[in-house]
Amino acid sequence: MADQTEISNVARQGWMGLMARAPEGALMALWEEYKAHPRFEWLRRPEVGGVMVRGRAGGTGAPFNVGEMTVTRCSLVLEDGTVGHAYVQGRSRSKAEAAALIDALMQTAAADEVRDQVITPLKDQMQAVKSDRAAKAAATKVEFFTMVRGED
Amino acid sequence: MYVAVKGGEKAIENAHAWLAEERRGPTDIAELSIAQIREQLSLAVNRVMAEGSLYDPDLAALAIKQARGDLIEAIFLIRAYRTTLPRFGYSNPVETGEMACDRRISATFKDAPGGQVLGPTFDYTHRLLDFKLAAEGEAPAAPAGQPRTETTPHITEFLKGEDIIQDEPANEDTPGDLTREPMEFPSTRPLRLQSLTRGDEGFVLGMAYSTQRGYARNHAFVGELRIGKVAVEMDIPELGFAIDIGEVELTECETVNQFKGSKTEPPQFTRGYGLVYGQSERKSIAMALVDRALRWEELGEDNLGAPAQDEEFVLSHADNIQATGFLEHIKLPHYVDFQSELELVRKLRREAEERITPKEAAE
Repeated sequence: MADQTEISNVARQGWMGLMARAPEGALMALWEEYKAHPRFEWLRRPEVGGVMVRGRAGGTGAPFNVGEMTVTRCSLVLEDGTVGHAYVQGRSRSKAEAAALIDALMQTAAADEVRDQVITPLKDQMQAVKSDRAAKAAATKVEFFTMVRGED
Repeated sequence: MYVAVKGGEKAIENAHAWLAEERRGPTDIAELSIAQIREQLSLAVNRVMAEGSLYDPDLAALAIKQARGDLIEAIFLIRAYRTTLPRFGYSNPVETGEMACDRRISATFKDAPGGQVLGPTFDYTHRLLDFKLAAEGEAPAAPAGQPRTETTPHITEFLKGEDIIQDEPANEDTPGDLTREPMEFPSTRPLRLQSLTRGDEGFVLGMAYSTQRGYARNHAFVGELRIGKVAVEMDIPELGFAIDIGEVELTECETVNQFKGSKTEPPQFTRGYGLVYGQSERKSIAMALVDRALRWEELGEDNLGAPAQDEEFVLSHADNIQATGFLEHIKLPHYVDFQSELELVRKLRREAEERITPKEAAE
């Protein structure tokens, strides 16, 4: 078991957030390919719930409630005592379980392996989808040109 | 007299069986999948998520299938489902300035940094039926440009220095939540915005249109309209820090409105705000116009008695589930109520006839 205080919060925010946003299919495919699924016990079994999403008036002002979104959360502990948590978008209990196991493994000696086989490819896939949309958006950017100036 | 009646179980059961059969339609036509609805009727899915007030495209697609495409019925199903969910908490306010924009336009600033990005819009289509879609819907890949990697700043940011546009200073006040506390009047702007973003698109559109036609006109331009995905972040108590818990697609509209100034404020532009789940452009613009109209008191404007200035009128009638519930309940059995009214009308008629008859007898 790794000393959990040594894991930087920023790094953990990174992989937990990535898995929360990940499409279920993409995460599960990579997780299934990763063979070394560890044994664990539940601290909190997967539970589907809602989170109220907030925005700000004018984009920057007073907060207000926009609407809820579905989230599934769970917590588990590996045999070495490492605790993994997950809060993932949607209603998939298996996605939450995989995310919590990965969160736990990322705090152990298996971290590099999990990063190489799951986290990094997942990140690349999601970045490719994002870049693809950004490229299509860029192609719809208006280039203005002046036809005739009306001074004379 | 109260008479309990029972019956109709068999009729109801058979009606539901027929409903299921009609929903499926002729079996020689392929059945719709949830994925097909989610991906190919995505704007209907967006509307159900916005007005159902729950972001979950698969659930919204399921609701549309179950409701046979009746979007208000689908919204009803989503609202009913969301009441069964435990509430894990509230997110931190989303940063729309960090949005990965599919679309971003401004009607006021041609050369806004980040540019005018049209995105997958219906604008500039000729609104002619495309009969090719009736035969086959395959589309070639859309052209790609050089993707923008930096974030696209809000247009109002560029005017801030001049103090010529009203500022929206951040605060961390906890907003009221109308899913937890019933609406009370006078309300607050955060509650009004929550009510409008989940309000019926047709109603909010009609209210917004009324302001454009002169009922509390507020001279709105679309300062900025953006559509895209933003990450949703929440503080997680067991971790002691915040993480992204997902991402949602949002449409944000900021209007720039004329304001002649008041006793305390110099003339400057004011703003209306719309923020709606999904690609919901019409709704978002309408929300911003109605938000601006409802701010008359805060901005020291006159109450012109226009419907769009009356928050009690707007907010009490914006919710299509409340409205449809009350409207449609009158079709349910009211036999006893009607029986008593029937008795009353017969009695009144009898009395009226008796008043006339003795007079005639006396002549």
